Amino acid sequence: MAARSTFPAGLVLDAHKQQACESPIIELPLPTQVVLALDQGAGYSAEPVVAVGDAVAAGALVARADHPFASAVHAPLAGIIVAMETREAAVQGGRSLCIVIDGSGADRIDDSVRPVTDPASLSPEELVQRMRDAGIAGLGGAGFPTPTKLASARELGAHTLVLNGAECEPWICCDDALMRSAADDVVLGALILRRAAGTVRCVIAIEDDKPAAIAAVTKAIERLRDDALTLAVIPAVYPKGAERQLITAVAGVEVPAGGLPADAGVVCQNVATAAAVARWATRGEPMLSRIVTVTGSGVAHPGNVRAAIGTPLAALIAACGGYRGAPLRLIAGGSMTGRALPSDEVGLTKSMNCVLVTTRDDIGSRLGAVELPCIRCGDCASVCPAGLLPQQLLRAALADAHDALRRLGVRDCIDCGLCDYVCPSQIPLADRFRHARRRLLEAEAMANKAAAARERHELHKRRLQQAATAEQRAFDSVRNRARQPGDGSAGDGN
Amino acid sequence: MRFDTSPAPHVIAGYTVPRVMFQVLFALLPAGIAHVALFGPGLLLQLSVACVTALLAEAAALRWRGRDAAPALKDGSVLVTAFLLAFSIPPLLPWWLGALGTALAVLLGKHVFGGLGQNPFNPAMVGYAILLVSFPAEMTRWPVPMDVDGTRTWSELAQLSFAGFYGADLAVRWDGYTGATALDSIRSGLDLRYTLPELLGRGEIAGTLGARGFAWINLAALAGGLYLMARRIVRWHIPVAVLGGLLVPSFIAHGLDSGIALGPAMQAFSGATMLAAFFIATDPVSAATSDRGRLWYGAGIGLIAWIIRTWGGYPDGFAFAVLLMNLAVPFIDRYTVPRIYGRQP
Repeated sequence: MAARSTFPAGLVLDAHKQQACESPIIELPLPTQVVLALDQGAGYSAEPVVAVGDAVAAGALVARADHPFASAVHAPLAGIIVAMETREAAVQGGRSLCIVIDGSGADRIDDSVRPVTDPASLSPEELVQRMRDAGIAGLGGAGFPTPTKLASARELGAHTLVLNGAECEPWICCDDALMRSAADDVVLGALILRRAAGTVRCVIAIEDDKPAAIAAVTKAIERLRDDALTLAVIPAVYPKGAERQLITAVAGVEVPAGGLPADAGVVCQNVATAAAVARWATRGEPMLSRIVTVTGSGVAHPGNVRAAIGTPLAALIAACGGYRGAPLRLIAGGSMTGRALPSDEVGLTKSMNCVLVTTRDDIGSRLGAVELPCIRCGDCASVCPAGLLPQQLLRAALADAHDALRRLGVRDCIDCGLCDYVCPSQIPLADRFRHARRRLLEAEAMANKAAAARERHELHKRRLQQAATAEQRAFDSVRNRARQPGDGSAGDGN
Repeated sequence: MRFDTSPAPHVIAGYTVPRVMFQVLFALLPAGIAHVALFGPGLLLQLSVACVTALLAEAAALRWRGRDAAPALKDGSVLVTAFLLAFSIPPLLPWWLGALGTALAVLLGKHVFGGLGQNPFNPAMVGYAILLVSFPAEMTRWPVPMDVDGTRTWSELAQLSFAGFYGADLAVRWDGYTGATALDSIRSGLDLRYTLPELLGRGEIAGTLGARGFAWINLAALAGGLYLMARRIVRWHIPVAVLGGLLVPSFIAHGLDSGIALGPAMQAFSGATMLAAFFIATDPVSAATSDRGRLWYGAGIGLIAWIIRTWGGYPDGFAFAVLLMNLAVPFIDRYTVPRIYGRQP
């Protein structure tokens, strides 16, 4: 992979960003109640350290990250823990253990909330550990714990930190709003992240449809005069902002299949994560809030809102003028990859960059879709950013042919949804591939289990055999001695 | 408030199979106009019988297979098959042969394999090939086009078309009004040891650009094809490869011996060239999958068509070229899987 990689696929989609982006960021006051999912979107839950009835101060730890893929969760407001139960949440599987806190209205701040006096004096290891304590997680959409990513990047010797400000998915514009209003935070966070990840340089990547954000970040970088911090303007093509595609667009290298970005020498973080790191460093504030785009034709006044993690989505929508028309689907994320939520009582999570309330105007095309047979037109392959052949994958998925699925790269699919989007036969390809991946995983788990059982059985049989052989030998020797008493004693003398 | 939870993506482009199919039909309009203007209304008669037969055969096949016929009839795919066959057969063909060819195209070409999306062969070409080998005389008898000598009127061509359509004996009343196509005449002329300049010099075979009459149809089909490319319904790989596969060898052969080998302009604007390159070979169901595969697939069609036109026993080679390359598609697909992101080539 010496040559610069050019994976040109992707598609220019209708952005739908204008309306939400025009108005300034709304600072939402603390809600009366927050619902904190212990899985903040990465698929792994934190361990609660509080009990129902406990009083907590703002910024206090309520759940600890024991697993490296989980993030610590903090109370965004002072109050009382009123419930700890499994609830609907914006996570994989749709449910997570949640801690519910009723705000007491008191302005009590936890002792642990202290600014980091001089981040440059801390070693990278200390930085990573303290970010872990502060529950810093990726705000770009996946919610993966930032410290874990930084640590592995340092271990693998990554040389470039890419800050993702591409924001390529339709409707979402919270990063754009952030970069325009707080570019200095982004840049400061970039420096801290660069130090923690141990990379030589940092590139902030922004799509060319955000001139105001580009100007603001350019100015912030200029003020800093740091040669190892640069800006890359990339074309506004979906899904250029997906991690692997962004790395290729910015650094010209490909992340090896099945590998990590750090295997290609790159580590990727979102610009909003960088700003959150700056907030943590300057104010000592753990990850208590985020900016989220509240938009869609089902919202009266689309806009960007800074709100506490755990704020019920209904409160976010109310802050934007409430519902309008006949809302059909409530989506956490954008129109291409977002997760449709069952209820607006779900709390805001760290990974939620957008709350999209759709009406028939937005999703009518999907609702009216009638699935027809694949006509092998190949439009799916021509837009696939991973270079896959979705139509072949579909055949393999329908046949549940696991070897073919692996060979054709069902796991190299980044779930961007473009094949679905362009399919003239309106086949729900992305979802078929999701199912195929799940079945593959199940089959592999079954195979592993079967292999373990077989091994156990073989070993058990061998042990029984060994025992039987030993017994036989003992028996034989006793019998021999009994049969040939004379010989035995005669031979003794030799 | 409660909401419905359906999987992502939540929007689609909404560019549906019926829309694709009807765009293809629309793009055939210029070629159809040229066809009717030059050869009389025979095409319209063939189109009507082909469309009716195709819809009936599709409905019957779906009934036999226990499927709902309504969505399949509305998707437009069977009409594309009917149109392509009607454009390929001579406008004088008796109606029952057009009906037979269409029924075979839909039943043997499409539904025995499982219907839309499942057929390994281009259905229209299956029907055409069966007709060509079974009824060679009828399948090679074309009206002499309007622009050859101006002595014939369009109304005479109309009478001729109806006579042919009803199966009248054309030998007596219409002698001199019918004949072989330009490519066919050139072949037989070359067999009689004429040279190409002599044959082309006669005037009734070639015009300024390509074959008389057919040149205009080819130009119109090219325009329709470029429209499909502009609408991104057809991507460039197959048409460009088909034309390359036909024109590159003809350019070389013509350079080596212009006495017997047709030049690229004559090849491009004769017979079914543009129709095949933009409308027939581009049928995605029976074509290769990847872009690279489609280049090989198209080039193979162009090359085989050139070989058949040059040495074969049939006037035009595209039907057999398409069917032969359809046969090669699994092989091509096997060796042209694109590189997946992040994997070694």
